[in-house]
Amino acid sequence: MGNRSVIPFGPQHPVLPEPIHIDLVVEDEKVVEAVPSIGFIHRGLESLAGKRDFNQLVYVAERTCGICSFQHGMGYCEAVEHIFGVEVPKRAKYLRTIWAELARMHSHLLWLGLLADGFGYENLFYQCWRIRERILDLHELTAGGRLIFSVNKVGGVLKDIPEDKLKEILRTLDEVDDELRVIRSVFFEDRSVISRLKGVGVLTKEQVNELGAVGPFARASGVRVDMRTLGYAAYPELSFAPIVSNDGDSYARCFIRMMELFQSIKLIREAIGKIPAEKELEVPIKGNPDGEYFMRVEQPRGEAFYYVKGSGKPFLERMRIRTPTFANIPALCEMLKNADLADVGLLVLTIDPCISCTER
Amino acid sequence: MANITRSPWLLHYDGSSCNGCDIEVLACLTPVYDAERLGVMNTGDPMQADIFLITGGINEQNRPTVKQLYDQMPSPKVVVAVGVCACTGGIFKECYNILGGADTTIPVDIYVPGCAARPEAIIDGIVKAVALFQKRSDDYKAKVKEKKKAGK
Ligand code: SF4
Repeated sequence: MGNRSVIPFGPQHPVLPEPIHIDLVVEDEKVVEAVPSIGFIHRGLESLAGKRDFNQLVYVAERTCGICSFQHGMGYCEAVEHIFGVEVPKRAKYLRTIWAELARMHSHLLWLGLLADGFGYENLFYQCWRIRERILDLHELTAGGRLIFSVNKVGGVLKDIPEDKLKEILRTLDEVDDELRVIRSVFFEDRSVISRLKGVGVLTKEQVNELGAVGPFARASGVRVDMRTLGYAAYPELSFAPIVSNDGDSYARCFIRMMELFQSIKLIREAIGKIPAEKELEVPIKGNPDGEYFMRVEQPRGEAFYYVKGSGKPFLERMRIRTPTFANIPALCEMLKNADLADVGLLVLTIDPCISCTER
Repeated sequence: MANITRSPWLLHYDGSSCNGCDIEVLACLTPVYDAERLGVMNTGDPMQADIFLITGGINEQNRPTVKQLYDQMPSPKVVVAVGVCACTGGIFKECYNILGGADTTIPVDIYVPGCAARPEAIIDGIVKAVALFQKRSDDYKAKVKEKKKAGK
């Protein structure tokens, strides 16, 4: 038995732009235990529920995380809409779906790039981020913002995507599709990528279930969880089935996210084909929310909860968000046990950590 | 900027940002915006950095880290606060855990507005920081020269 020593990982470190701190107990080159400590980006966002009314809170919810900003706003709005018992116009539902899937694409591309950077494939990193810029251009074209686009409101959406812009989305997606195929072949066939990812950080289905992991991370271990099957926004009307793999290693996690990119393209195409030509984009909201609701949405990183409780006042009594990375941290610590020290950065990346939403 | 003799290196630290500004800082370094053509380079090591990009506000937990990173950077150095969170605390200003912008802890030279700050704005901030950095290192050199003269 070798000597045990503790190596601090973070808070400022090269694999992620965000601060996460993990104490790694290592024995020679093997990690025997990982102890995470969080709180570097804790802002206390939920406390703003007492200072902003429920309409303004949409913008706060969107800033829980800059990457899945749209889905945060959408989850919060849907929760409040359920309290009011209103049904959002169909076109608004489709628009939300289109934006949500575009946001998922940008998030997955971002992750694939960071992963490539994590194992030292600089060129691939730049390629992923170059393609990602095209998706961001679509965000800008349709909503006006690159990352945080504030188009959601309680009761519907604020902006329409006119016909010509929908066509532009389709045209860009065709090109992105071709470019993605090139990148896919690198991720799936390149020897150095495979040797770095195959069989690294394996988690079985039982472990994942026991530790309560969510999202692509859990789907890579064969657990069929995807909140999109619950049928919010326009998902029930689109043909959708979660992508699942049974390998449970880092390669499978990469595979799932890569395939979800193509799935998102398919969903957006289908949604644009089916979008109804309505004028109405929102339903009027009268009064204040009274009651509570628990909403679940599938973000790029997995399932997020929104708990909203109102008591007939403009200010909510409580807003609570549980984000996917928080659910994935126990599984990450399990995965880090017995890992090589050199793989730690990569393994932390494979859960697609988003610390700012975890700590809020 | 033609007289810059050395490429200033960037250090990026995420205070308590929502990630929006962070990934825009990263986007600045990737091919479409490519801030590296201005001669700057991204580094993870504060001891080699000249320009400190900070995103997000300051809270009790990250305050010592920010302070330490700043102290570890060799002088002359320039600090750029990216995004309204780093400028003033932004949307989270009234949260119980936010002390305010980056200037509550370290001296900030350049403020880049925006939520999220756009890459164009960040690059503008970097260009200004490079100019300021050049001026500071010139001043520093002049000072050293003067001292030498006085010593003789
Ligand atoms: S300025 Fe806006 S985008 Fe940037 S960190 Fe703050 S809330 Fe996020």
